[in-house]
Amino acid sequence: MNQINVQRPSSERQQLSTEEQSALWTLLDTLTDPEIPVVTLREMGILRALRRGADGAVEVVITPTYSGCPAMDQIADDIGATLRNAGVRGRVVTQLAPAWTTDWMSEAAREKLRAYGIAPPRCASRRDGESVIQFAPRSRAAGAGQSGAAGQFDEDDAVPCPQCGSSRTTETSHFGSTACKALYRCLDCLEPFDHFKRI
Amino acid sequence: MTTLNAQRPTLNQAAPTAYLLHLADNALILGQRNAEWCGHAPILEEDMAMANNSLDLIGQARLLYQHAAERLAGDVRAPRGASWPAGAITEDTLAYFRDVPDFRNYTLLELPHSPPLVPAGVGDRDWSVTIARNFLYSALMVLVWERLRQSADSQLAAIAAKSLKEARYHLRHARDWLVRLGDGTAESQRRAQAALDWLLPFTDEFWTASTHEAQARDNATGVDVAALRADWDALVNEAIAEATLTRPAAVQGYVSQGKQGLHSEHLGYVLAEMQSLARAHPGATW
Repeated sequence: MNQINVQRPSSERQQLSTEEQSALWTLLDTLTDPEIPVVTLREMGILRALRRGADGAVEVVITPTYSGCPAMDQIADDIGATLRNAGVRGRVVTQLAPAWTTDWMSEAAREKLRAYGIAPPRCASRRDGESVIQFAPRSRAAGAGQSGAAGQFDEDDAVPCPQCGSSRTTETSHFGSTACKALYRCLDCLEPFDHFKRI
Repeated sequence: MTTLNAQRPTLNQAAPTAYLLHLADNALILGQRNAEWCGHAPILEEDMAMANNSLDLIGQARLLYQHAAERLAGDVRAPRGASWPAGAITEDTLAYFRDVPDFRNYTLLELPHSPPLVPAGVGDRDWSVTIARNFLYSALMVLVWERLRQSADSQLAAIAAKSLKEARYHLRHARDWLVRLGDGTAESQRRAQAALDWLLPFTDEFWTASTHEAQARDNATGVDVAALRADWDALVNEAIAEATLTRPAAVQGYVSQGKQGLHSEHLGYVLAEMQSLARAHPGATW
């Protein structure tokens, strides 16, 4: 049994020590997303932080991807069971702010998604030094300018096929098998595939 | 096991509970309505789209009900394996144990998916009514959530930041379909136009602040609904033009008052279907 001692004298209860942090991270890094079992919760950016609560118990902070994501209960249960099995007194805390974004997904996670057959979300914040100009029909651009409503989803942006790498792809459905994905089809290799939407 | 947002700033204004319930009821009732397409949508992709749309909306409703329940000094956590202590208020009691006059959703959102004067049976659901309603509502909510991100109620601000991303996607989906139907065949255009003519008068309700909306505006936790109208009109008019549809002339008639608790005859049926199981077996878990 992998015992991790997280009980400390009350005078120094505020922080988890570096060793405790790394032991807990090692423990929790075994947990994967219930719907995409190739990436870990940490790589997905769902697992946000580890801290010590006022009562001395470990708090594992998670944030939902979408408000209604049905995997959140499963994720909380998985974390709770992992802590219990390791003999750690702890609980799961759900935190909404800041709102989850696909920009938190690690580069390793994107590569794993691609290898798994899911086109990963584009990461806006990584394009340092480049300024991307989006061209859109005038009517659409005018609407986006007024409200920013369409601005977040650049539908005209090419999503490369995870199978053959072609950027000649087309969206077949706004929604896929889960809230976080849309359905695409490659016009070159003709394979349908999931695209993890950037939010 | 799961507790909600333990990191609460100390300086914080409380949004009026009725205002939180108004936002929550909107999301829940439209989520319940759109879920009616589950297994019945015109094509498989749209079946999934409506299920996903409902999942987002009911997720938003849960966060808002949890916040309201906490405000009402109830227990935030939905009971798991325990029966409810008498008098406790939870997200579930708010959704399942309130009656028609307690609900604060817009009348627009409780209407059936059928054109006016058509019986609301399964076979009469009209996809264009669903699309027109989702379009009119998500165009409003994109503007509402954008502003609520700055709400003085920090938990409401967090929910808004989360919901905004979902509302934008719902708007994109509904708008694309509105253009496809309006600029489609003669029949799809006729139906899309009929849906707009039927539903647009119900949006008049958006623009006059109710008592709780005025309270929320005044303590900086809510939005000034009247101030959203120009932006909403621009969004709607631009899409209607691209869809080659015509915006019906404004009518000076009855303004629906669902957000004040005065509902159409349709909400009772929605609640009966949604609440009957929870009321027959209070506190049941599986």
